[in-house]
Amino acid sequence: MNALDLDDVWKFYGDFPALRQIGFQVPEGVCLALLGRNGAGKTTLLRIVSGLMRASRGAVRVLGADPRDGAARARIGVLGHGLALYDELSALENLTLFARLYGLNDARGAAGRWLERIGLAISATGLVREFSRGMRQRLALARAFLHEPDLLFLDEPFTALDDRAVATLQELLRQAVRDGRTVVLSTHQLREALELATHVALLVRGRLAYFGPRTAEMLEDPSWLYRRYGEAA
Amino acid sequence: MTAPAGTQPDTAPRVAARARRGFLRSALTIAAKDLRAELRTKEALNASLAFSVVILLLFSFAFDPTVEETRALAGGLLWLVFAFAGALILNRSFARELPNDCLDALIAAPISASALYLGKALANWLLLMAVEAVSLAVFGVFYNAPWTRQWWPLAGVVALGTWALTVVGTLFSALTVNLRLRELMLPLLVYPVLIPALLAAIQLCGPLALGEPLASDMMVWVRLLVGFDLIFTVLALMLAETALVG
Repeated sequence: MNALDLDDVWKFYGDFPALRQIGFQVPEGVCLALLGRNGAGKTTLLRIVSGLMRASRGAVRVLGADPRDGAARARIGVLGHGLALYDELSALENLTLFARLYGLNDARGAAGRWLERIGLAISATGLVREFSRGMRQRLALARAFLHEPDLLFLDEPFTALDDRAVATLQELLRQAVRDGRTVVLSTHQLREALELATHVALLVRGRLAYFGPRTAEMLEDPSWLYRRYGEAA
Repeated sequence: MTAPAGTQPDTAPRVAARARRGFLRSALTIAAKDLRAELRTKEALNASLAFSVVILLLFSFAFDPTVEETRALAGGLLWLVFAFAGALILNRSFARELPNDCLDALIAAPISASALYLGKALANWLLLMAVEAVSLAVFGVFYNAPWTRQWWPLAGVVALGTWALTVVGTLFSALTVNLRLRELMLPLLVYPVLIPALLAAIQLCGPLALGEPLASDMMVWVRLLVGFDLIFTVLALMLAETALVG
């Protein structure tokens, strides 16, 4: 079964087609780097496959189900542009909330263990609004990985992360890939993404310009893909 | 790095089944989260309470109503205050989720949109009931209204009327959350829909607020209020997914 299956997907904002005829399949266990310039449609595509919005046309299957299917969503982890944390709740309360929503058995215990894992156990009862940017970022990573999802959608996960959060994220992603989980991440940080990725999709103005395995050329010269398949090509 | 012991959930289908069964638990989790957040910031609660108390006090001092005048205006005045105070609470309901894109995380979680909606509606209802309890106490003191004589019927009518306000207002709060003019749009959309429920609540609260029992011919208003609540609760639960995801 494919982790992700898109067939002729279109998304219109008014009359403007943000996505045009997108179609590809992502097998399970793959790490897909979703690349493209600003406005190429990466975030729109990730929002559609995450079940946050519906496609205007076409078919989307996530883990064999509709993205809004509850069973599918229980197996998906999403990290978007925002950190999705409540400033007025503590770190422990934030993680416990999402652990409960994802149906984890020992929600509070799981939250506590993740706080230890990301080095925030000492600040567990501190309100998130009092946290530094780096602490919030690590907490957001824990929120996305809390329920050990089979499929991860990460939108610009490396953007504005501090060194420690980058290290935490890279470690979590490498572990996820080793565990055979599927990871789809959009990013402008080509080198970090291509080092992790097994497959690459390039969007150009809402169209899929390239989809396939990551090649040696891409790793040696990360901008090669844009030169070969991007707008300049 | 390995996963912390105990965080591995059961098999995915079991997790999904548990998520489906946990509709009410999810709603209560959302409600508890909203109440905790609101009680820490008191953003909507303070504004709503201040508005209610100030309006009741000003009206009392400005008109110094007699018992007969109070009988005539009690229902209307109370529900005018409740409705506008409610808008302050309802406006914050989904707007609270906008910073940090928290709404996306809730929508992506394996809970139904209707559970998310119901949780928010429950939290709004409890907050508004608290504001109304304080308002009624102020009303009793400053208008010499012995409403405690009809404590249970009044509480029932206020609860039903507040649920009508909440159930409609929470749905429109979800619909208008991404609008720049949501503070303006919410009352404009909610109040016309609420007219039947507000009429019923005003009619019923008039005598009850003065400690008088309901006449038998007033039961039609009770039935209207209950019917409104049932119909709009079902409608809102059905429309929650569309309102939140499209």
